[in-house]
Amino acid sequence: MTQKASFLTALAFTMTAASAAFAETELTVYTAVEAEDLARYAETFNQSHPDIKINWVRDSTGIITAKLLAERDNPQADVVWGLAATSLLLLKSEGMLEPYAPAGVDQLDPKFVDGDNPPSWVGMDAWVASVCYNTVEAEKQGLTPPASWKDLTDPQYAGHVIMPNPNSSGTGFLDVSSWLQMFGEKKGWKFMDALHENIARYTHSGSKPCKLAAAGEIPIGISFAFRGAKSKAAGAPLEIIVPSEGVGWDMEATAIVAGTANLEAAQTLVDFTVTKEANEMYNTGYAVVAYPGVAKPVEHFPEGLLDAMIDNDFEFAANNRAAILKEWQARYDGKSEAK
Amino acid sequence: MTDTTQSVMPAGPLVKGKLSRDDIIMRGSMIIIALYLVVSLVFPLYAMLSKSFSTYRVELSQFEFQVSDEAGTFDGSILTGADLNARTATFAEADLSTGADGRLPVTGFFPDFSFRSPVMYQIRNTSSTGRFLIGSNLQTGTEWVTLDSNTFRRVQLRPVKAQGLDNFVSYFSTPALFNSIKNSLWIAVLSTVVTVSLAFWFAYALNRSCMKYKGVFRLIAMAPILVPSLLPGIALVYLFGNQGMIKELLFGASIYGPIGIVIGSVFFTFPHAFIIISTALAISDARLYEAAASLRSTPWRTFWTVTVPGARYGLISAAFVVFNLVITDFGLPKVIGGQFNVLAVDIYKQVIGQQNFEMGAVVSVVLVIPAILAFAIDRMVQSKQVALLSARSVPYEPLPNKKMDRIFFAYCTLIGLFIAGLLAVCQFAALIKFWPYDLSFSLNNYQFDKMDGGGWGSYVNSIKLALMTAVAGTAVVFFGAYLVEKSKGFRTGRAIFQMFAMLPMAIPGMVLGLAYIFFFNNPANPLNAIYGTMAILVVCTVTHFYTVSHLTAVTALKQMDREFESVAASLKQPTMKLFARVTVPVCLPAVLDISIYLFVNAMTTVSAVVFLYSPKTTLASIAVLNMDDAGDIAPAAAMGMMIFYTNALARIIHLLASRGILRRTQAWRSR
Repeated sequence: MTQKASFLTALAFTMTAASAAFAETELTVYTAVEAEDLARYAETFNQSHPDIKINWVRDSTGIITAKLLAERDNPQADVVWGLAATSLLLLKSEGMLEPYAPAGVDQLDPKFVDGDNPPSWVGMDAWVASVCYNTVEAEKQGLTPPASWKDLTDPQYAGHVIMPNPNSSGTGFLDVSSWLQMFGEKKGWKFMDALHENIARYTHSGSKPCKLAAAGEIPIGISFAFRGAKSKAAGAPLEIIVPSEGVGWDMEATAIVAGTANLEAAQTLVDFTVTKEANEMYNTGYAVVAYPGVAKPVEHFPEGLLDAMIDNDFEFAANNRAAILKEWQARYDGKSEAK
Repeated sequence: MTDTTQSVMPAGPLVKGKLSRDDIIMRGSMIIIALYLVVSLVFPLYAMLSKSFSTYRVELSQFEFQVSDEAGTFDGSILTGADLNARTATFAEADLSTGADGRLPVTGFFPDFSFRSPVMYQIRNTSSTGRFLIGSNLQTGTEWVTLDSNTFRRVQLRPVKAQGLDNFVSYFSTPALFNSIKNSLWIAVLSTVVTVSLAFWFAYALNRSCMKYKGVFRLIAMAPILVPSLLPGIALVYLFGNQGMIKELLFGASIYGPIGIVIGSVFFTFPHAFIIISTALAISDARLYEAAASLRSTPWRTFWTVTVPGARYGLISAAFVVFNLVITDFGLPKVIGGQFNVLAVDIYKQVIGQQNFEMGAVVSVVLVIPAILAFAIDRMVQSKQVALLSARSVPYEPLPNKKMDRIFFAYCTLIGLFIAGLLAVCQFAALIKFWPYDLSFSLNNYQFDKMDGGGWGSYVNSIKLALMTAVAGTAVVFFGAYLVEKSKGFRTGRAIFQMFAMLPMAIPGMVLGLAYIFFFNNPANPLNAIYGTMAILVVCTVTHFYTVSHLTAVTALKQMDREFESVAASLKQPTMKLFARVTVPVCLPAVLDISIYLFVNAMTTVSAVVFLYSPKTTLASIAVLNMDDAGDIAPAAAMGMMIFYTNALARIIHLLASRGILRRTQAWRSR
């Protein structure tokens, strides 16, 4: 008994000593970044800032956003590092973000920085819509590869296209919002009406269409480029098509949560997230990062993706989100019969 | 300590039985367990109900506007949003009630608005609760804000919280949402009819024929209980999907939709229907059949006039149980439902996809109604059931009938193939490297750490949850049942307790899970600390499966004479000692049954915990769902089969353990 007690005291001592030595501040960081990347991010940060310990809270984009909104009056997070900009705009419009211009923010591509001064959020990297095209299955079905979004409305693709439901998937929403921005409201909905005729079904997640295309279940999956590149690397007979009209995109971004008790440490962290070093770190998975000139090509990524990215109006997307989703649901979700 | 106030003497002062220390302990414990049920069930449901009435509404009268002339001077005339809307009819009443994220642009109020014009605008909130956006910046003050035309077009009005029926109105005016009611009912009714008919003949074959291998068939029929309900969906994708092994059998119809949901539902509800019907068919009075035979009734007529009426309560009960399971199931339609929306998936879509908690609560309220109705009817029917076997009955023994036995054997083989086949397909798919392009075997799909869903950690978490649920749940449930069954007096308290104990059965898992978010994820709740921990998963799972466990315990306890308590009292032994030394050992078979029931269900449950798991407490069943969601279907099948093997192993251990323990503790049963 005494032995156990003394062991515990010793343990407690070591722990306090240890934490006092290299973790003076702890930051609670909410993120939607892939779990396998998180350890690497924290490690790189701690190389230059051993005195700040990061406690990750990770989940999918939708759930982290819901969690942050639910904690609106009693925020638990200090920093959000790696969450969709559309989600951060929601938080911003709730007054939940602390505006801060991180040191060196002027080095970044202005597309990746919140328009206000000081900015409320700063982008890290972009994920870009793309079409995953299964060459083997398409050949079996006698399909010709589409070159543009408009091509996808061709009757030859009836039942051969799958895309995420914008009501449950961020990728699905960025597709819909990009079509409305590119084609204009009226033509955009007309395009989607025609596309709907060819859609086999709408999935809940944004990566599933590409994985289903990779597995040959449905030959054409509207998804994002990063996913397609991964499946292609795994050996799937995929071609990643960048539609000629341009592609929608969203970015992962960073922000300080208003009301944090560790403002100084939070600012240190956000300063780090915009450095060249950090951007090189993001580049491992993402072909497009905020720091110009850093990005090295990622294997299997389609060419010309950067130029195809539309001039995305995040404010439009955020302010019309509720209305767009309602309209989308009324048009396409009510049709219950499975094709 | 029986009541001794009954007397023939003239009425004296009312003598009340004095509460002994035992009584106080028992009542106190009962109140504690009842409180547990209140906190883990009643409060969360109340929180959910009130959430469904919490609305967001843009109060136009709370905004004031001023417009300048072309030179930029304001003449001081103030217009409220309500005035402007009355004048221009920009927004209909329905536009004003929105979700938490609702926004309304204001330029429609000013017909000659142009973002190029030099006209200036002023806007302010009239109360401190008002909110509007300029771009994406929130404005909450009551100060006037002056804006040029180009900035003014970026103004969006935000809603404020209110109370009312708006959510329900908008639910029933959105066809995409209320169509799901029809879909859910239709699927549930169809699955019920199919499952109950199939299970009836299966149970009939096992109880009323002399075919061989009954034990094997019984075992196979119980297998679906060991897997999450979404696993058959995954198997069906491999069988009938566009790359399916035998998709030709569907003649071009798509498995994604009602067909897939019904087939999968039959699979996972089959054992439930089978157990109930089998129990009903197991006991019957041979004298009725003898009478029928001597009256020269044909076997067909005997079947309709003797067999079916004898099993009618079982059939009705099975039908309602299956109906309830199907209408509240979430995993299966999520995996294979395609564009066919059902209520349970709608809740998930509203909450996880759109963060529209209010609408999620509304759909939950809608879903609770059929579930409670089905449950209530089932209870009513069961209470009408009378004993079929009297002391003079002669148990019915089936006679060999070669032709019939062969037909039944063929039928049971078909059903057995269906059940075992779906499981085999999942295991096969899990071992294939990359279906359908690379059919070599590999263990790649077991590298869960490379997928969404929490990796092998979630499998370990699931086992932890199942063990904790089994131990804690059995203790709470059995002790609660003992108190309610054996304590004296305190009738009202016991009746209320019984009611609480029956309630969880009627509450769908999705609804319970969502209710827990509203109740526990509230910073003002002192129990907020358990949110996101393993504890809340245990509490939720115990509560979700409380009713069946409670009924099992009560049935076992009813078999014990109340004399035991009286004897203990007269020997001056505390009841708790009696409970530990006599009741628990005697009821050990039931205790073990409860714990295995809780274990298996904790391993397979998806619906209740899908809202409650945190990154540190991911579960295997949720991992199946999330991996399927991300398109990693083969790993999902692999994880699903891991759950199956774990549960099968748990059952075997349970069987061996109960044999060993029973031999020691139940020796008194045999003389």
